[in-house]
Amino acid sequence: MALIHSDLDLIFHNPSDRKKGYRFPKSEVPSAEFPQSLSRKDKAQLPETSELDVVRHFTNLSHRNFSVDTHFYPLGSCTMKYNPKAAEDAASLPGFTELHPWTPFLPGGEEASQGALAVIHELGKTLAEAVGMDEVTCQPLAGAHGEMTGIMLVAAYHRTKGNRRKTVIVPDSSHGTNPASAAMAGYEIVTIPTAPYGDMDLDAFRAAMNDDVAAVMMTCPNTLGLFNPHIREIADIAHQYGALMYYDGANFNAILGKVRPGDVGFDVVHMNVHKTFGTPHGGGGPGAGPVGVKRSLVPFLPVPRVVKKSDGKYALETNRKDSIGSVANFFGNFGVLLRAYYYILANGREGLVRVSEMAVLNANYIMSRLKPYYDLPFDKTCMHECVFSASRQVKQGVHAIDIAKALIERGFHPPTVYFPMIVKEAVMIEPTETESKETLDEFIDAMIEIAKLAETDPASFAEMPSGMPVRRPDETRAAREIRVTCLG
Amino acid sequence: MDYCSHSVREIREMLSEIGVPSIESLFSPIPAELRTKQLDLPEGLSEYESLHRITDLAGSTLTDRVCFLGGGAYDHIIPAAVGALANRAEFVTAYTPYQPESSQGTLQALFEYQTAMCALTGMEVTNASMYDGASALAESVLMAMRITDRKRVLVDEGVNPVYRRVIATYLVNHDCEIVEIPLRKDLADEAAILAGIDDRTACVVIQNPNFLGSILDIRKIAEKAHSVEALVVESIYPVSLGILESPAARGADISTGDGQSLGNPLSFGGPSFGFLAVKKTHIRQLPGRIVGETIDRDGKRAFVLTLQAREQHIKRHKATSNICSNQSLCALRALFHMSVIGREGFAELAQLNLDLAAYARKTLSAIKGVKTVNEAPVFNEFVLELPVETNMVVEKLAKKGYYAGIPLGKFYPGREKQLLVAVTEKRTKSEIDGFARLLEESLWR
Amino acid sequence: MSTFYSKDHEWVLVEGSAGIVGITSYAAHQLGDITFVELPKKGKIVKQFEALCSIESVKAASDIYCPLSGKVLETNAALDTEPQVINTDAQGEGWIAKLELANPSETSNLMDEAAYRSYLKTLE
Repeated sequence: MALIHSDLDLIFHNPSDRKKGYRFPKSEVPSAEFPQSLSRKDKAQLPETSELDVVRHFTNLSHRNFSVDTHFYPLGSCTMKYNPKAAEDAASLPGFTELHPWTPFLPGGEEASQGALAVIHELGKTLAEAVGMDEVTCQPLAGAHGEMTGIMLVAAYHRTKGNRRKTVIVPDSSHGTNPASAAMAGYEIVTIPTAPYGDMDLDAFRAAMNDDVAAVMMTCPNTLGLFNPHIREIADIAHQYGALMYYDGANFNAILGKVRPGDVGFDVVHMNVHKTFGTPHGGGGPGAGPVGVKRSLVPFLPVPRVVKKSDGKYALETNRKDSIGSVANFFGNFGVLLRAYYYILANGREGLVRVSEMAVLNANYIMSRLKPYYDLPFDKTCMHECVFSASRQVKQGVHAIDIAKALIERGFHPPTVYFPMIVKEAVMIEPTETESKETLDEFIDAMIEIAKLAETDPASFAEMPSGMPVRRPDETRAAREIRVTCLG
Repeated sequence: MDYCSHSVREIREMLSEIGVPSIESLFSPIPAELRTKQLDLPEGLSEYESLHRITDLAGSTLTDRVCFLGGGAYDHIIPAAVGALANRAEFVTAYTPYQPESSQGTLQALFEYQTAMCALTGMEVTNASMYDGASALAESVLMAMRITDRKRVLVDEGVNPVYRRVIATYLVNHDCEIVEIPLRKDLADEAAILAGIDDRTACVVIQNPNFLGSILDIRKIAEKAHSVEALVVESIYPVSLGILESPAARGADISTGDGQSLGNPLSFGGPSFGFLAVKKTHIRQLPGRIVGETIDRDGKRAFVLTLQAREQHIKRHKATSNICSNQSLCALRALFHMSVIGREGFAELAQLNLDLAAYARKTLSAIKGVKTVNEAPVFNEFVLELPVETNMVVEKLAKKGYYAGIPLGKFYPGREKQLLVAVTEKRTKSEIDGFARLLEESLWR
Repeated sequence: MSTFYSKDHEWVLVEGSAGIVGITSYAAHQLGDITFVELPKKGKIVKQFEALCSIESVKAASDIYCPLSGKVLETNAALDTEPQVINTDAQGEGWIAKLELANPSETSNLMDEAAYRSYLKTLE
């Protein structure tokens, strides 16, 4: 894959007198007036160039990306698995892409949108089974959005019971979205440190639990890739105090088909379909964050809900008096949900279990082979991801970020670095199940070579990565001299 | 069908390297009593069968009817080049551009997207997109409350009813006061809003065109709001900005809206994206990802995610929002759309919408008993009042192949005879004439 | 005139009932290149160890806790345009705020220069 190294001009740099490119259908109706006082004085300064130039520009830009389809992408916590092309076909069917979202709200409109309503409902049911919950809403538009929705459900639950609880407990290894989502729902955060065994300090947790705690948010396996053997006990303690257990599904790929959060004591979960269920990441989105709940939280689910009537037809329910309301325009990221639906149909019961098995196998294989070369803060069987520390390399002046740049130079997307924050110089590797042993071996060889280079020529890292369109951009300058557009 | 490739031999080799007898032993840290039995799900299908199932479902929907539905989602032309570019695997299967050297494609494209949105809205800064127009509006309100350090929010009833519901959902756990100002006929009640603005007001929330399609000149409201240091949050329909003066020029402080109408298919309501654009002074209160320009080690122009200190992965519970991702690919579709149709095309697009809607409004209201409701200027959406309740008419016309419009009675009590009709550049004169003919038939024959 | 230090690496130069507050070069080094200082409002009243303001770098954000109770009289406007001064001269030109101290005897809860230096050694 040839990378274009020349400076790609911005699409906005065109002469202002270019011939108009695109042609719209000709108007067969009279021209209408628009009040002068409301009219634009000048046209919006958008690009003006031929279709060829637009296509060439963005095609060349695309060549400047690493992507799952082109590179091994072991970003811990992100689950960069292969995105099946058939899912793209499913999402492009005109029967879905051309369906207006107001259709089922029209009189007789549910009839016209049965296929789409079926996808939402059936996907919800399947996800509920996979996570061990009673019902699922597919409305949240992203993982963090699902977290916020889940905590809002918790808040509604407590409010209905007359509980004025003010706090949410999170482990210090949690993803930033956990405390941020709880704050969005009006809660204060209590953070529990991680104990040497690799997860939430039980004594500190017991000491922090009281009647003021609304929920405990856990990721399981946690962000260190470790399954918490005390999770049931934690859930029992939380429930004793009337608090709810929230499951962050970011790492669900590790236990899909093996453990169901609902069976373990969780009351509400969110899933990341763009992680676990193979929908593409799109450069940062769109994803979707369906939320599953136990019966006690069902009344609060957002509207509209898709239900299946006794005659087998699907319908919308918008009048639910205890619903928290809505968190999105319509039903959720339907095009994304479609892709997840394909993924589940194709994988099925046995395929979904194979996902976690191969994911865990791949991660442990990498951990085992890299152990001699990189410090392992928690030397025990990991799940779908393993966390190393670059502390050994730091002694030579080579930091986690330098290892990342070295990997880019060698044609690998780096693992996640500097997260979780409780590990110094963290390097979090999540290969996912769709990577072959061959690919893993190439990556491992590169990591070993890098470890050796850190001993023999640490100074060379500062120059990396070479061969890319840019090299070590100045992020400080970007934050101090803010330029977010090329206007003005 | 699964997507793993391990052979039996490879699995054996890997297990041997790890030093465990079986894959099952890798799951031994999990207490046995927590393990699930088999999932109660069907066996997997082949790719072909899976697609066939889904194609059947798609085939059962009725999308061949002529669409006059709007209400926040619009049936616009999407140039072929948009899909061709947006479907490139390097855009689709890439991740968030945290490592700038390996994601200049996404980063530069998002920078260009930010530029385009600022060009449309007249604002100085914007982020790399939000989830959708409704949640972006809710985040705008929270942002306005943070900036002003005030708790009172005035919301015009003309704002999309679902958006208002989302604002209420987002704000229920916050210490604030939401005051809804009822519509006056088809438009925001300017006098009531002006009277409601005081030094406790964080912001006034307006939608333009509003849910009924009417356009309000917000300048007076902006003037009064600014005199007491309150903000104007305007939720705008981006295609209208091809003809409507920019939000910044008209006095808005926060410009937000839904981007589906820019290059994204209807797709039953998602995915789409939201946008949030503001003046530079407010940039640190902006939620979401922001791409910034800088230079690299060799002095070359480079793009990076910037001002990350606002975001959840650094500030955690003190972040401007919990938002982690953006709707990158949908925002890119909007950029591709605006680039392909270009500066001239964007203006022409707006004019076409205006013309066709005006023609439809004239033609439909010429029918006996049908009245126009909008007294204020409109863009491509308007309300008709029928001589009967709309539901039956809508159902009849659907059977005859027309999605006539959205009955307003669902959201606005008292408007059971009113129908919200949207007309885009995809509609033809003959479709509009056909609509009129059928409407007349259904009313009077 | 003496300088006192808090465990969170803030310093305060005390002269009678006046205090000048900033962060130490250790803290500045931990943060990395400072990109923004959200200065406190003039007139803000703050208790000892309460959040005074916040500082951002590219990869981190930190609350600055006021080492002594008091009222903010003046803030260092230079930090608006040149936040990096804190990196180059944290205990001089990089001062953050001038306070009217409410209770100078609170310095008994702080470390003096020698104690702070010993404290830093324990962190290595």
